[in-house]
Amino acid sequence: MSGTSDQKDWTKPAAMAIPKGGFFPDKVEQGRYGPIFPRTPANYGFSIVAKVIPGREPAIYEFGHTIEKAIAAQPDALAPLKLHYLRWLLFPIKGETYFMYQGIFDTDFDKYTEDALAIFRSTGATTVFVNLEGFPEDWKTNLPAFAKFMREHQCPSFLEYGEYPYVSSDEIKKALRIKAALSAMLDQMQ
Amino acid sequence: MLEFDDIQHIVLTRAPALDGRYEFLTFGNPVGGRAWLAAILDKVPSAKAMRESVEKEKRWGAVAFTWNGLRALGVDEAALATLPQEFRQGMVARAEMLGDTGANDPSHWVDKTASPDLHAIAILFARDATERGRVTIEHRKLVAECEGVQVLSALDLEATSPFDYAHDHFGYRDRLSQPVIEGSGDEPTPGSGAPLKAGEFILGYPDESGPGPALPQPEVLSRNGSFMAYRRLEEHVGKFRDFLRENGKTREEQELIAAKLIGRWRSGAPLVLAPDKDDPELGADLQRNNNFNYKNEDPQGYAVPLGSHIRRMNPRDTAANMNTRRMIRRGATYGPNLPEGTPDDGQERGIGVFLICASLIRQFEFAQNVWVNDRNFHELGNERDPVIGAQDGTLEFKIPKRPIRRTIKGLPAFTTLRGGAYFFLPGLEALRWLAAGGKAS
Repeated sequence: MSGTSDQKDWTKPAAMAIPKGGFFPDKVEQGRYGPIFPRTPANYGFSIVAKVIPGREPAIYEFGHTIEKAIAAQPDALAPLKLHYLRWLLFPIKGETYFMYQGIFDTDFDKYTEDALAIFRSTGATTVFVNLEGFPEDWKTNLPAFAKFMREHQCPSFLEYGEYPYVSSDEIKKALRIKAALSAMLDQMQ
Repeated sequence: MLEFDDIQHIVLTRAPALDGRYEFLTFGNPVGGRAWLAAILDKVPSAKAMRESVEKEKRWGAVAFTWNGLRALGVDEAALATLPQEFRQGMVARAEMLGDTGANDPSHWVDKTASPDLHAIAILFARDATERGRVTIEHRKLVAECEGVQVLSALDLEATSPFDYAHDHFGYRDRLSQPVIEGSGDEPTPGSGAPLKAGEFILGYPDESGPGPALPQPEVLSRNGSFMAYRRLEEHVGKFRDFLRENGKTREEQELIAAKLIGRWRSGAPLVLAPDKDDPELGADLQRNNNFNYKNEDPQGYAVPLGSHIRRMNPRDTAANMNTRRMIRRGATYGPNLPEGTPDDGQERGIGVFLICASLIRQFEFAQNVWVNDRNFHELGNERDPVIGAQDGTLEFKIPKRPIRRTIKGLPAFTTLRGGAYFFLPGLEALRWLAAGGKAS
């Protein structure tokens, strides 16, 4: 039952400190695969961190090109995920390579996970996660194991900030459409 | 190829029944439980047997078990651990996520289905009340002969008048939008989409995403089985009719409000195809009454409000991965009919419904958690399903309209959950295996 916050004031930037562990103990909302990470002024999100299987960096860089092409060919491929932004990055710790995948989106963690798996499966594409240690081999058919991996590698934020808090990407797109329509109308009135 | 001779009839067929009875059972010990199951086996037809005998048959049985029930029959711990977590936990443990809170909380349920002692359900569909009475007495005798087996509660079902079409106590025509399983021999009605892979509903077959998940073990137990969520939903008919009167000045306005809540006129005619005026002929015409979509035909919800019941339960072409969220619905109404114009008599009436699927977490729980109870479904902000959502009088229902939409504030709860459980509905070979104490028959 995501999206339980009522309309908030988008004109007032807001920051939210989050307790250790990622949840507010007095209001943990249960999702289907476990507790739901709270919605913050920066909306829902995750930061998945995992160790890269040695030697797989080239495959990960190649994945970057694959996704770039896939989105160019089908711009709405990721629409079900209700995203704002995604970031993928690699970083070293003591000579070993780690992977981080950060997303900001408007649906809850469980729905994101399910929809993401469906996209990986329906496009026939593999996922960059196969290059990570501990990723389940039967991920294509084992949704609970996929969800468990995502949850176990999620590093919750201790602080999040929104310049226009709680605004969904649908609302932003709606506002930009109105702006574009208004601007076209004004042009036509010249 | 579907194994029609092993799949319980309820998954694939709808019995021509006007009456029914659900009995909720507990097993004091495995021996008594198995004796009961062994004795009732030949009253549980496969889909094949049901189809072949439907003309002359008068009653159709089905049996299903909770996770505790499988354990009570003696299924070993290693096998029990391979069943999906949400089924092991049961509906009560999942209540908060399902929105079964407040008046719907399991602590208020009236039929002992919230008890960990609930082990099995025996479902009877009967052609008429006489046959139901006869089978009820027969079953009572059987239960008395099986040591430790007890009936925790029972619910009598009966169609509510008028009897010429299926509808609930609120008067809405029912059974208009059902998924069809590929290879079942059934043809989807226009607008119902292509037949779906059997693995969406029955374990052991490919599903819409691929070869299907690993089966619970041993395979003899899981193959041709389904998971099933049971919901006993009381319908507050008096409150519903009062609401229509308070929100509509004329009979026509009241009917329109009723239609807006669901997305169809009570006749079954969909608002997308009949936006302004009821069309009972359309409502009754299976070739036309489900043949519509939303993305192009009603994107703003001017016909079917974005938050209405059918738009939430089946968003059609406006949701991703729709084919992985479908469920088969079975069930019937219970309680006496409340004639129009009669004040509410305080008697419980409603629907006892089963949602059959291959994955409770991906299908039933998703529908309940995201479609029914997400306050922000379609960016609505402050709504839940107006008929079956967790309503506490603080939410609203918006009816898009030109030039200005109508917002109904403080929507009351028209339904209350009175019981519920998660069951596993095994195939017939699995039933024989269970009756034999986990040995091949």
